[in-house]
Amino acid sequence: MELNQLTIHELQNRLRAGEATALEIVQALFKRIETVESRLKAYISLMKEDAFEGAIRADEAIKKGDINPLTGIPIALKDIYCTKGVRTTCGSRILHNYIPPYNATVVEKLQQAGAIFTGKTNMDEFAMGSSTETSFFGATRNPWDPERIPGGSSGGSAVAVAADECIAALGSDTGGSIRQPAALCGVVGMKPTYGRVSRFGLIAFASSLDQIGPFTKDVEDCAIIMNCIAGYDPKESTSVPADVPDYRDFLSRDIKGWTIGVPKEYFIEGIDPEVEQAVRQAIKVVEGLGAKTRDVSLPRTKYCLAVYYIVAPAEASSNLARYDGIKYGYRTPDSLDLLDMYKKSRSDGFGAEVKRRIMLGTYALSSGYYDAYYKKASQVRALIKQDFDEVFRTCDIILTPTTPTPAFKLGEKTDDPLQMYLSDILTISANLAGIPGISVPCGFSGSGLPIGLQFLASHFEEGKLMQIASAYEKNANLEKRRPHL
Amino acid sequence: MKYEAVIGLEVHAQLLTDTKIFCNCSTKFGAAPNSHTCPICLGMPGVLPVLNKKVVEYAIKMGLATHCRINAQCSFARKNYFYPDLPKGYQISQYAEPLAEFGHVDIEINGEKKAIGITRIHMEEDAGKLLHDEHNPVSYVDLNRTGVPLIEIVSEPDMRSAEEAAAYLKRLHEILVYLEICDGNMEEGSFRCDANISLRPWGETAFGIRTELKNMNSFRNVQRALEYEIKRQQYILDDGGEVVQETRLWEDGQGVTHSMRSKEEAHDYRYFPDPDLVPIDIGRDWVDEVEKNLPELPLAKRERFMGEYQISAYDAGVLTVSRALADYFEEVAKRSGKPKIAANWVMGDILKFLNEEKKDIKDCPITPSALADLIGLIDKGTISGKMAKDVVEQMYQTGKAPTAIIEEKGMVQITDESTLSKIISEVIEANPEQVAQYRSGKEKVFGFFVGQIMKATQGKANPKIINDLLKKMLTKS
Repeated sequence: MELNQLTIHELQNRLRAGEATALEIVQALFKRIETVESRLKAYISLMKEDAFEGAIRADEAIKKGDINPLTGIPIALKDIYCTKGVRTTCGSRILHNYIPPYNATVVEKLQQAGAIFTGKTNMDEFAMGSSTETSFFGATRNPWDPERIPGGSSGGSAVAVAADECIAALGSDTGGSIRQPAALCGVVGMKPTYGRVSRFGLIAFASSLDQIGPFTKDVEDCAIIMNCIAGYDPKESTSVPADVPDYRDFLSRDIKGWTIGVPKEYFIEGIDPEVEQAVRQAIKVVEGLGAKTRDVSLPRTKYCLAVYYIVAPAEASSNLARYDGIKYGYRTPDSLDLLDMYKKSRSDGFGAEVKRRIMLGTYALSSGYYDAYYKKASQVRALIKQDFDEVFRTCDIILTPTTPTPAFKLGEKTDDPLQMYLSDILTISANLAGIPGISVPCGFSGSGLPIGLQFLASHFEEGKLMQIASAYEKNANLEKRRPHL
Repeated sequence: MKYEAVIGLEVHAQLLTDTKIFCNCSTKFGAAPNSHTCPICLGMPGVLPVLNKKVVEYAIKMGLATHCRINAQCSFARKNYFYPDLPKGYQISQYAEPLAEFGHVDIEINGEKKAIGITRIHMEEDAGKLLHDEHNPVSYVDLNRTGVPLIEIVSEPDMRSAEEAAAYLKRLHEILVYLEICDGNMEEGSFRCDANISLRPWGETAFGIRTELKNMNSFRNVQRALEYEIKRQQYILDDGGEVVQETRLWEDGQGVTHSMRSKEEAHDYRYFPDPDLVPIDIGRDWVDEVEKNLPELPLAKRERFMGEYQISAYDAGVLTVSRALADYFEEVAKRSGKPKIAANWVMGDILKFLNEEKKDIKDCPITPSALADLIGLIDKGTISGKMAKDVVEQMYQTGKAPTAIIEEKGMVQITDESTLSKIISEVIEANPEQVAQYRSGKEKVFGFFVGQIMKATQGKANPKIINDLLKKMLTKS
């Protein structure tokens, strides 16, 4: 095995034992990136120089015995996190030349933990999409079949992990943007509870839904990253000052006696039979570990997509107003007056999907429509959360497929936004309710595409997610495969 | 036809916090453009606001001072519109859940009292400023002011004349300054006012069509603009026309209002709750704590001064114009034990000196205790009131204690009766003609003698003793 194929915990052991150096890891990674990147396009910007310098510093630190949890570990960042002095585009032309003057809190936290950054990964423009096809910088491809999409919006991060172009990555999840690409690329992806990980420096799409989380090769790595990034941030008002446990403590615990809810609304018509079969098999695995499963209902599931496509675009229409060509980013070279400058800069700077959502959101917030759309959606959102609260009164965990189907082909849904929106139907509810969720691999389709299994837990129960995901991972006896590139 | 004006005011007051409402940048006025900025107030991608608690405290103060209900929970909303001085493309304000509601402010015009309702008081952030190049078609943006905390105080449409509006505005200004939460500087924009005004036929209860007036940066301009607008609307209505609902700008130089934008061009602000900020719970304890530390407000102070110090309503009004002046007067009154005399000195000489130099009472070189000492010296007869006038001027110029000045200048009053009798005899002897006039009943010449005696003593003679002695001596011989 090459060093870049290993997990964080495996590399930690090697680094500590002196069996590998950070420089060797980074070298192996960039060799891999050179080989596959032109076919996959996981990254928008590479930070090769920073990574090599970081590796040298890490090796010096290790020699001195100054070892932090992520010392010498190369991590990729979705291009939605502000990185001081490093271009941050959010996949958009309007920020194609934007260099932030500050670091996002998570970036600072990873740096303090010793991480090395490999680059900024590709994404749907402003995280609006489920396929990483709306990026101004071109589409990212699925390493299991480059004719297919990797999911989105954090497709670049998922692919970088799946194709061993980094050891772990950070993504952001507004409606499934971590869990869905994790499922379609065969890696672990977690969306923590809203308020668990600081959003400061995460370029906002929909502020009440956005949450940051890791992509990793296994559940233990997920716990390691979460240990580094979770916690209260005084720079964010919606950050929650709750204690953060050591998530690694949950990895070896069993799930005997747990009650697992299986919501009937998540095994809907249109779900791929191979996906359903893989998930049914997973249910047997957790039952074999001493958990009881029971059928539960989340009756407002049918409203999730509608509520999401009012709330998220409404917030986005306001969040994206700052991209006006005045202070930073793209400005039209020719304009007649101020209004013309706004119109041209924004018309040329934003892609079609972003403009569609800005218009949807602007409409939903308009005078005379607010009550019927935004206000009503917010009320239904509260009911959706109640559905989950109800189920979590009797269940430890909810188990569902992560996506209705394995990865679809590039271009297959770009002309049909509604079909595209439906690919998030199983993940959106967790964002609306603010609860944590994790997607772990649960097998492959007949054509060799990864399938994802989703666990959902109540607020701030990330530990429980680690516990069941780890137990499942160890006992599922899944075939170990790597994408052929 | 006879019309009644219906006026409501929206006042924006900048709060005197050290830092901005959602970041740690300084709020100081007058710095180099964009030097008081950070990624947060610049609206950089990814930044988030964190509320400055001091802003809430100051807003609660104003709410309590205007008899508002302080809501147990309030929240922030986004007001969305595009303008280059608004870096996020929205202003963080309050909409559905303001901090305070249902208050009132009492005004008085020609002895008639009236309560003007306060609809709401809410917190929000200020926008930046545009600087237009006079020679080139270029504009610059200065974002120092962006994020400076404001409270907006919205009145009920309770005012019926420009005069009432001006009185209300002055009262609000006075309260804000008394609370020390706003410097009240209208020229620098720390205190700004927009007005809504409509006319209706006398006796009608429904509102007419209103216009909104902006760009009035002094009390006088608010009154002038409203007076102009009343006449303008009256003219339109008398002519059988209809007032257009629009925003109009006051043009100070021309003394008129100009249309700025019509109702159709009005923004749809698309208010919605700001998802980056959590609702603020304002517990009873917090409100009680703020209330406990609230200073005495101008109106209450005025009434107390009238009762406690037996001074006139007019004097009480002058002396409570600012908290510092009221404190100054009160200390002089207490230390001297002569409140009425203290009031005369403060309102007379002290304010005259300060006004001449355009100084604030806080910069007065005469301390309240020095002024009280001076009053005591007059009372004891050490110096005459006339001498005191000179002493106080010296005190103002040198900052010295009155006793020191009196000693230096040898200004101690002559009260010794034998000394004075001698001087009086000399004056009487030297002016037999006037003595004869006096004795024949022409009492007016009495003043002449007093003048002569004062001249002889360089003004140091005790006037009361002179009065008595002179009268006796003139009639006696």
